[in-house]
Amino acid sequence: MTGVLTPGPKNPSAPTATAVQRRGRSPRTRVGEARGLTRAGLWLVLAFGAIVMIVPFVWLIRSALMTDAQIFSSPPAWIPDPFAWENFPQALTAQPFARYFLNTMIIELFVVTGTVITCSLSAFSFARLRWRGRNVVFGLLLSGVMLPYAVTLIPTFVMWSELGALDTFIPLTVPAFFAGAGGGVFNIFLFRQFFLSIPYELDEAAYIDGANPWTVYWRIIMPLAKPVTVVVVIFTFIGVWNDFLGPLLYLTDDSNFTLALGLATFQSTYTAQWGLLMAASLVVILPIIVLFFVLQRYFVEGVTLTGLKG
Amino acid sequence: MTTTTVDRAPTRKAPPGPPGGPRRRLGRGEARWGVLLALPAILGFAIFTIGPMVASLIFSLTDWQIGGDPQFIGFGNYVEMADDPLFWKSLGVTTYYTLAAVPLTLFVGFVVALLVNQSFRGQSLWRTVYYLPTLVPAVASAVLWIWIFNPDFGLFNTILRSVGLPTSNWLYSESTAIPSLVIMATWGFGNAMVIFLAGLQGVPGQLYEAVALDGGGAWAKFRHVTWPFMTPVIFYNLVTGVIGTFQVFNQAYVMTEGGPNNATLFYIYYLYTKAFTDSEMGYASALAWVLFLIVMVVTVVLFRNARSWVFYEMGDAR
Repeated sequence: MTGVLTPGPKNPSAPTATAVQRRGRSPRTRVGEARGLTRAGLWLVLAFGAIVMIVPFVWLIRSALMTDAQIFSSPPAWIPDPFAWENFPQALTAQPFARYFLNTMIIELFVVTGTVITCSLSAFSFARLRWRGRNVVFGLLLSGVMLPYAVTLIPTFVMWSELGALDTFIPLTVPAFFAGAGGGVFNIFLFRQFFLSIPYELDEAAYIDGANPWTVYWRIIMPLAKPVTVVVVIFTFIGVWNDFLGPLLYLTDDSNFTLALGLATFQSTYTAQWGLLMAASLVVILPIIVLFFVLQRYFVEGVTLTGLKG
Repeated sequence: MTTTTVDRAPTRKAPPGPPGGPRRRLGRGEARWGVLLALPAILGFAIFTIGPMVASLIFSLTDWQIGGDPQFIGFGNYVEMADDPLFWKSLGVTTYYTLAAVPLTLFVGFVVALLVNQSFRGQSLWRTVYYLPTLVPAVASAVLWIWIFNPDFGLFNTILRSVGLPTSNWLYSESTAIPSLVIMATWGFGNAMVIFLAGLQGVPGQLYEAVALDGGGAWAKFRHVTWPFMTPVIFYNLVTGVIGTFQVFNQAYVMTEGGPNNATLFYIYYLYTKAFTDSEMGYASALAWVLFLIVMVVTVVLFRNARSWVFYEMGDAR
């Protein structure tokens, strides 16, 4: 992070450097004079953009804290007066949001566990064990990413329906134990990329000592793979939290709903009660945003990990 | 297993390992372990991808409705589709949305990525702010944006009114419904931005200095270094963006129910109503396969086209 505190040369007005000397200096210094102005301009653009991005959130929070009377008052106000804190208990008890939260967390628990275990295991196999057809299988898995989910949607639904698993968490959790089934390929890819970067001598040494692949996976690779595991956990967690279509298809009884599904039905029930709607939305959004702030470092790492060399 | 230390194929090269490195002492058990550990993924692919794909293809050749007996009708569904105005409508709506949302999101994401890649004070705060909307669960952001688009008391019309500009009906008028959703989609450019940002950080810094030494300014640096190195990332975002917008569902379901007058009848939403409201599983499966073919064709076309503008570091031999 050397660049953070370098707004330009220390004394831009001092004409000490000759052209030749300047040429030899780093380009950062050479264009320093112009930078002051451009940077101020860029900063303004950034700040303006940031405000635009933030305004919907402000609108959300402001509306969540207003009574209906105030929401519909004219001219519109930006600051609630008084703050209608009661929107929160009212919204959250109008429907069993505590139950929805619990349901969501149960699904999270199974999906995150299943995804991490089976995706890392298969990635270990793809990265560090040799077997015939390995690369073909991996290529096939990867190609599945391009497949529109609609193609598998109906038969999968029919399958779960035939198995009598509708309105249970089974269709939402079991696929996670098959390496995420479909969407999980990305996680396999992430794990595999990371595993490829670990020196093979570690495995060799363990095998010479008589270890089997499971031991190598469990005792050597996984303890080293904490960064990528955290990333997969975060992405999987957010994916489940945000999933809407899955619960919509498979859950019918109100008591089984997840937060996303609960919010959608809340929306269609309380169409005009904006204060309550915004309060409920805020409650669904907030945990993810808090999680993001707490684990921000890993998010950034996650993006770097994906490599994305095209 | 623990004592199998016989080296059976000493000349076989370890594919991922350092070439010429010492051979592992695993022998034939390795293959067995390999398949075993990859089994969840292999089974998952068979059960949740290949199987359903085949089933979907078969369904699409029947007139199966839930509760009824399926009849094999060959390409009947596909023929019917050609005469189905709603099919064409949904295809048009989805294409319109894709053509508007993808370029806009990519452009904004790219420009902002360039900006936040500069070293500003509080750099990570900027990045966070721009990324935040991406984290908002789709349903929650749908609820929020209905409110923003509310013609009477929504954010947009409130602002427009306060500065004396004409207001709009946003989601509630046929001509502005899709543009409204495009605005909403652009708000979530964070994903594209973050991927661009990762790409920008992979651009070798010394190349910029080389351009500077040759007297090149900011534009030359962008034109000759940033752009070529970013084309693979742009391409990646383009392909995933197109595949993504072809599969929009939540907005239609939560916000507009396909209206007004089918102006937001997204393809997947139409498919969903066919399957789960009208119970026409056969027809819906045919819709799914047509989408699959469209996405495949579009992807192939994009890949073909990419050869002319995507630059790969190692790609000189192409």
